[in-house]
Amino acid sequence: MNPQLLLAIPLAPLIAAAIAGLAGRYIGRIGAHTLTIAGVALAFGLSVYMQWLIYSGHAPAYDGPVYTWLVSGGVRMQVGFLVDRLTTLMMCVVTFVSLCVHVYTIGYMRDDPGYTRFFSYIALFTFGMLMLVMANNFMQLFFGWEAVGVVSYLLIGFWYKRPSAIFANLKAFIVNRVGDFGFVIGIAALFSFTHSLSYKAAFAAAPHLAHLTLPVFGGVSALTLICVCLFIGAMGKSAQVPLHVWLPDSMEGPTPISALIHAATMVTAGVYMVARMSPLFEYSSAALSFVLVIGATNALFMGILGVVNNDIKRVVAYSTLSQLGYMVAALGVSDYAGGIFHLMTHACFKALLFLAAGSVIMAMHHEQDMRKMGGLGKYMPITAITCWIGGLSLVAFPFFSGYYSKDAIIEAVGLSQRWGSTYAYWCLLLGAFVTALYTFRLLFMTFHGEERFRRVHAAHDAHGGHDAHGGHDAHGGHDEHAGHGGGIEPRENSLVVTLPLIALAIPSVLLGYFTVGKVLYGNYFGKAIFVLPQHNVLALMARDYHGPFALGLHGFLTVPFALVLAGLFTAWLFVLKRPEWADAAAVKFAWLKRILDQKYYFDWFNERVLARLARGVGLGLWKVGDQGLIDGALVNGTANSVGGFGGVLRRVQSGYLYSYAFWMMIGLAALLGWFLLHA
Amino acid sequence: MHEYLLSLLIWLPIAAGVVVLLLGERNIVAGRWLSLIATLVTLALCVPLWRDFNTHTAAYQFVQKAAWIPRLHAYYALGVDGISMPLIVLTALMTVPVVIAAWDVIKVRPAQYYASFLIMEGLMIGVFSATDALLFYFFWEAMLIPMFLIIGIWGGPRRVYATIKFFLYTFLGSVFMLAALIYMYLKCGSYSISAFQALPLTLTEQRWIFAAFLIAFAVKIPMWPVHTWLPDAHVEAPTGGSVILAAIMLKMGGYGFLRFALPIVPDACRQLYFLIVVLSLIAVVYIGFVALVQQDMKKLIAYSSIAHMGFVTLGIFLVYAILTSTGTTHGAGMGMDGAMVQMVSHGLVSGALFLCVGVLYDRMHTRQISDYGGVVNTMPVFAGFMVLFALANTGLPGTSGFVGEFLVILASFKANFWYTALAALTLILAACYTLWLVKRVVFGPVGNDRVAKLTDLNGREFLILGTLAAVVLLVGIWPAPLLKVMGPSIQHLVHQATATKIPA
Repeated sequence: MNPQLLLAIPLAPLIAAAIAGLAGRYIGRIGAHTLTIAGVALAFGLSVYMQWLIYSGHAPAYDGPVYTWLVSGGVRMQVGFLVDRLTTLMMCVVTFVSLCVHVYTIGYMRDDPGYTRFFSYIALFTFGMLMLVMANNFMQLFFGWEAVGVVSYLLIGFWYKRPSAIFANLKAFIVNRVGDFGFVIGIAALFSFTHSLSYKAAFAAAPHLAHLTLPVFGGVSALTLICVCLFIGAMGKSAQVPLHVWLPDSMEGPTPISALIHAATMVTAGVYMVARMSPLFEYSSAALSFVLVIGATNALFMGILGVVNNDIKRVVAYSTLSQLGYMVAALGVSDYAGGIFHLMTHACFKALLFLAAGSVIMAMHHEQDMRKMGGLGKYMPITAITCWIGGLSLVAFPFFSGYYSKDAIIEAVGLSQRWGSTYAYWCLLLGAFVTALYTFRLLFMTFHGEERFRRVHAAHDAHGGHDAHGGHDAHGGHDEHAGHGGGIEPRENSLVVTLPLIALAIPSVLLGYFTVGKVLYGNYFGKAIFVLPQHNVLALMARDYHGPFALGLHGFLTVPFALVLAGLFTAWLFVLKRPEWADAAAVKFAWLKRILDQKYYFDWFNERVLARLARGVGLGLWKVGDQGLIDGALVNGTANSVGGFGGVLRRVQSGYLYSYAFWMMIGLAALLGWFLLHA
Repeated sequence: MHEYLLSLLIWLPIAAGVVVLLLGERNIVAGRWLSLIATLVTLALCVPLWRDFNTHTAAYQFVQKAAWIPRLHAYYALGVDGISMPLIVLTALMTVPVVIAAWDVIKVRPAQYYASFLIMEGLMIGVFSATDALLFYFFWEAMLIPMFLIIGIWGGPRRVYATIKFFLYTFLGSVFMLAALIYMYLKCGSYSISAFQALPLTLTEQRWIFAAFLIAFAVKIPMWPVHTWLPDAHVEAPTGGSVILAAIMLKMGGYGFLRFALPIVPDACRQLYFLIVVLSLIAVVYIGFVALVQQDMKKLIAYSSIAHMGFVTLGIFLVYAILTSTGTTHGAGMGMDGAMVQMVSHGLVSGALFLCVGVLYDRMHTRQISDYGGVVNTMPVFAGFMVLFALANTGLPGTSGFVGEFLVILASFKANFWYTALAALTLILAACYTLWLVKRVVFGPVGNDRVAKLTDLNGREFLILGTLAAVVLLVGIWPAPLLKVMGPSIQHLVHQATATKIPA
């Protein structure tokens, strides 16, 4: 494999980003989007080419350095690439979704004054994500990890005038840093045993590390500590409970990045990382159980929050949290291929759902509240149909992509013997019902039923405090309110918006069908993913695999499918048929609704307890420690108590500065003189 | 030429400073340009220094030796190794933006202002290049005088309190060091630092000397709990003063540990390392929390400096912690490398942040965070730089701020899991205090009418921030050359620091 060609893949978007960012005002809007799209398209083309090279066996997996970052203490740290079947698959996913989002952005950000800046950011993001995916060492992994985090920070706060946006981006960065705290400790621990940051060395040492005990926390296996620490990093990036709190708030960013960063790619980095580290995790069942329980918890409990939310983007965001939980749970039962497979299909259908939601939001003039939508299907058919496709894929309707990946995860967890798998299985199963419930609720509330936007517009203008509005203040001069007074007709968006929807809808339907045999049951990943034979649930499932068609048909007979139908029925009943029942239930189960509205009180705890505590500690240490004890008692106290010093100080303070300098000189001269005389 | 290169680096800025002083306030245009040219030439002189530096030896290079005070056996002896050379380059690099930043901002006695900085530049380079302890001490003390004047004359309203505090702290600290130096001179009859390093000392002697060094260097760095002079000094100092104070003067403490404490009293260091490690970790965690609640931008960055310097002292003394826990010095060099890179990086990043605050202060004449808000709306280019330097301050990979902290954290695990865990807390804390600052100052809707009237960076400001941004990124993306320069000296130092000097 040609290393220069590999290098071109991340560099193309980087160079485009740099030019668009630094010279945006000279190349203009068209220049910026042409350049960045060209850069990302080039990266996509080359990624597909690499995928073909590797998959067809024309080239072996590549593991080589690019340049030496530094040499310290005899350790050479290099920037380098590891490109195998896992990498190329991720590269294709990342660049494909990124390309779709780039095109979509032309339409979505059309009137935004930050147009070129936005393109610069998303191209930069693509660079960071590719560096993360292609890394062959932990330093570079961490670089990519943080780079995507920073771009995410910048993009969540893209509309920097909105107080809610700059709150959300700070929160996202800090919560991610909590995860990174664990991640870095994990890397340091691994490094201390292997004296190297390369994956190769780490993987080679794994069996040995499993038997090593560290004298902390009452003696834990070194490998378990390492894996749990690394996974804490993944919990931040992939928004696993309790570090999930930043993801719903990240919806403050423009919708294209919600699709790209907070659904399809960056948040799946944790899943990718664990799969990449499968040679480590495999030797620590304790760590995998931890992964499993966290993932399954996320899958169910975050999904439930999607059921009560009315903001169309936030519902999709909670859905993302839930689906990430499924992926993580798959990792937890050593079904790494299943996790990555779901990552891949999810990237398509979730990016699609977000972009469709964005299309709806545009048609509704930046209104995100589903209670003010309804009946949009007949006005924007392409959006509605593609959104339905995405939804059906999400609920794992047989023959759709999501079905092949998600039901396989539920089955794998059901077959696993790992500690925690029973709990996880029930979570995932119930999750299937919850997924269907919130998905169909979203579809019904948005595209079907009464056209509620007609009745709310009169009241809408008075209600200026809605957070969506701060955003388009930043959009500059054009008036989004035009027509709010009445009589607006939602319209389908232009081709730059609908084309990416269609481009993503196709794989949302077909990708699973055509790849399940290879990726999931055909040992596609080969050596890229390592599974101990006794953990290999996928091998058990492969025995019953008789082609995608048979598998699809079988899907109609399974428990999860019954749960999907139940979800569909419930959603239909409460949204379309008897909406008043939903209100009645909310009154009857007020305590439950309160917990859900408060999102299980995580935010409350973080803001009211943790953040206050941190500020309190800081204030206490500063006022009591620094100013009270050190300055008050020791420094000034000593000065004052030394006889007459206070008086001296007062006299000196009233004098001229030159005299201080003079006295210092005198002092220095006297000292030197003393030397000269006494030598 | 090589023999005189260091002398040139020291005396050229000093001579230029004297000329600027003689030109006086009436010829300030000439004085200003002369200052700029002098600092640029000094920086240019660093090119041969870097280029011709032999990266395969730990020995002093560019050595110059002449009799100074024969009766005391004190020599005018200069030389650099891989530890001092990068710091000299840093000094030369950071003085240029100070001169440019002052260009038409300093209205009161500008000639004296420039002269102070030029003279200080020479003296600071002298500190890093002296290989004779008395000469070192001369530069060490003399350097305080211009800084003292800078804060005292061009400082803020509470400048007198700050200068006195600054002076008392640092001067008291140095007196103990002087006593230790004299003691060793009396024992070995020479002021050569190399002779001190070779001098056998009993453990008791070493402990006393260590205590003296600790006081001197801990104050300079500054380490908790002798750090309270720094926030006051920074707050009152003019922008240039803060830049030099943070970028260079704090590094003198770290340099002192590396040049004096570790090689001269290794046994005492080995015995008392735990004290330093604890103080360093307190600096990282305690000061991180204190930084969080600051209302004054400069104070916040000052506290952040203390926390970052905690990594320097931690990295330096990790060698003993690793030796104690593993029995070998394998991997100890990485901690010291990390400490050195952290010093260089902190010089760049904190200097740049103080320059950013200066840019705002020149326009609004306030440092209170609450007086700002939404600066990005009126100063988008400035906001870009401020965010970049803030992210570097949080140790973002790809910026210089990452390299040193990463190396120290990696090395620390060998010593003790808890060192790593506490040190790594900086990831969270630095992000909290730095980005919260950014949120309140840079982002958000326009905070008030004065922010609405702000104008973006002028060419002069763009030039200095842009240059520093480029260097910060370069060191982050490709730190290898810096590490290569330091390599042999650090290796040699690890060897010195772990060999016993107790006479048999």
